Amino acid sequence: MLRLDDAAFRQGAFDLAADLEITAGKVTAVIGPSGAGKSTLLHGIAGFVPQTGGRMVWQGDEVHRLPPDRRPVSMLFQDNNLFPHLSVMQNVALALTHRLRPSAEVQARVEQMLQNVGLSGLSARKPAGLSGGQQSRVALARALLQDRPIMLMDEPFSALGPGLKAEMLDLSLGLAGERTVVMVTHDPQDAARIAEYVIGVVSGQADPPVETARFLRCPPEHFQTYFGRS
Amino acid sequence: MAQRAVPVIAALIVAGLVIGPVTAVVWRGGGVSALSPADLSALRFTIWQALWSAGLSVVLAVPVARALARRSFLGRSALISIMGAPFILPVIVAILGLLAVFGGNGIVNVILAPLGLPRLDIYGAHGVILAHVFFNLPLAVRLILQGWLSIPSERFRVAASLGAPLFWLLEWPMLRRVVPGAFAVIFVICIGSFAVALTLGGGPRATTVELAIYQAFKFDFDLGKAASLAVVQLALGLGAGAIALLLARGDFLGAGLDRVVQRWDGSRIIDGAWIGSAAAFLLAPLIAILIAGVPGLLDLPDSIWRATLRSVFIAVCAVMLTMALALPLATRAGEAASLLGISVSGLVLGTGLFLILQPFVRPSSLALPVTLLVNVLMSLPFVLRILRPGIDDARADFGRLGQSLGLRGVALWRIVYLPRLRRPMGFAAGLTAALAMGDLGVITLFSRPGEGTLPLAMYQLMGAYQMEAAYGAALLLVTLSLGLFWVFDKGGRLNAQA
Repeated sequence: MLRLDDAAFRQGAFDLAADLEITAGKVTAVIGPSGAGKSTLLHGIAGFVPQTGGRMVWQGDEVHRLPPDRRPVSMLFQDNNLFPHLSVMQNVALALTHRLRPSAEVQARVEQMLQNVGLSGLSARKPAGLSGGQQSRVALARALLQDRPIMLMDEPFSALGPGLKAEMLDLSLGLAGERTVVMVTHDPQDAARIAEYVIGVVSGQADPPVETARFLRCPPEHFQTYFGRS
Repeated sequence: MAQRAVPVIAALIVAGLVIGPVTAVVWRGGGVSALSPADLSALRFTIWQALWSAGLSVVLAVPVARALARRSFLGRSALISIMGAPFILPVIVAILGLLAVFGGNGIVNVILAPLGLPRLDIYGAHGVILAHVFFNLPLAVRLILQGWLSIPSERFRVAASLGAPLFWLLEWPMLRRVVPGAFAVIFVICIGSFAVALTLGGGPRATTVELAIYQAFKFDFDLGKAASLAVVQLALGLGAGAIALLLARGDFLGAGLDRVVQRWDGSRIIDGAWIGSAAAFLLAPLIAILIAGVPGLLDLPDSIWRATLRSVFIAVCAVMLTMALALPLATRAGEAASLLGISVSGLVLGTGLFLILQPFVRPSSLALPVTLLVNVLMSLPFVLRILRPGIDDARADFGRLGQSLGLRGVALWRIVYLPRLRRPMGFAAGLTAALAMGDLGVITLFSRPGEGTLPLAMYQLMGAYQMEAAYGAALLLVTLSLGLFWVFDKGGRLNAQA
């Protein structure tokens, strides 16, 4: 499991406190109003936002001092997941190598992964030549190819229509397999459909995960206005 | 650690190259008490002509910018693009063009003479001011036009529906914000402009401090005097630069001037007259060069072709060196180090380098490297200004993605920054090449006869009254300057997808 031990993160003038445990191998949703700190939590776990206090422990190892690329996480960002000047092949291959002309072996692995996410024969294209859904698939392929035990998803599909978003969520979780998935969402229905646990984040405080059904049935008091029930 | 060292080294090189010559100048120049009455009058003239030049440029620019802001016509965007050209137009070419129009045998005098009107004399104080207005009116127009277009069009609609006075409600507050900055920037440019004073100025009434430095070098060979004048110029430049930094806003290389604000006021005829006169004033000298230059191209002396090779070589080297320094500096607060260069004029740096080199080598044997170096230092602030936003954007958009993929150091530059920077780099390289190609400054201090750059060779042709050849050289020079700009700028756009 991933344990945040009295952890504090600071992004600019914003502080986020988190003292919680995320169960390994499960899907956990992060829910909360805009500006509450959902993204800060994910970016803190990924190592982009400095941790100003406490510890972060993954399967017994301290990870909070590691640089982002050495942590056990891969991440799907809200936007700018792909380098627009690189081809699909180059974008995905960056998960394995920093060579822009990857070896045949790497190319084969990339092609295989692109096939898994349902993108065959597009590896020579640039992102601008793909639809929004296809771009999401490329980003997903790279995150999967990084093969880290934790996959963080910062609303990567929020720009897609509802049908496509649901499809992409199902695809991601299907391919994530045994990985631990932590995903930010605005939509309680997304959480209900795919997440086993929910972390509520409100005004700089991330609560410990609660089972999704229980969270949605009787949300914490400060979530009732957010969900629009009074 | 090694990666962090690169920007620091680049910053130290730039700071050293500026501070070294400045120290030499101050050391040798000593107190201001060494100034003669002639030097003081040069100081007065420098400030006086810069005030007039900046004032006239800005005052004339206001109606032109307003006309451009509210009229749409065929060729509008072309005209606005051309107004960006004086920045890369070799000064000496423009001066020859102005001579063709306003000079003794120029078009204007040919028209005036039969009417019994007095002849126009372009040499002297008003010639200096005329040339400065020619160079800076377009800059002022672009800066002020930016101000006009920054007023949201909804406000014009609201004001029109209320019948409110547009000028006092919307335009006056904007002008109060934009005009002082434009004035200050142009004032700084005119304080440090050398080639204009060299060609059109001179004599007790129209000698600038920079020209006095040149004369101390060339005619008196009095290095002490040159150094104390350089100290004066340094103080002047730093003072004016500090004021400009406080007042100047907006990005005078900025694009996005294509919009026209829809309005319901003003006279179409008066606006047309302003735009027409400004266009004629700016284009006539260039057209004159084009017409007079073609015949001269055929019989250019060999020395011109050798000078051309030297100039192209300097321009290409300047691009490479400037980029090598700018890329690491653009990532840190290195912009400050380069800003030193902008208020220290090329001639001051040249004087300092001369003082440093003189005990060891014959300075004239290093004329080309010194010219190259000074040009690099002069373009660096502009180049950084152009590259910084691109690097900042790339970092904001892709910094975390790069981190998550473990991209750092050389790999980060190769995979993320350089590809994202192609367009601004092409533009900046073009600017550097054109400026270096057309520069007529420090080379005048160092060069031996027959070993100069193309602008210097052209200036010498003008001095020898070989006007046909001078026009040919001017056409060659302007073609190469604009051509180099075009090639680099185009190179940055080629295949630069998304």
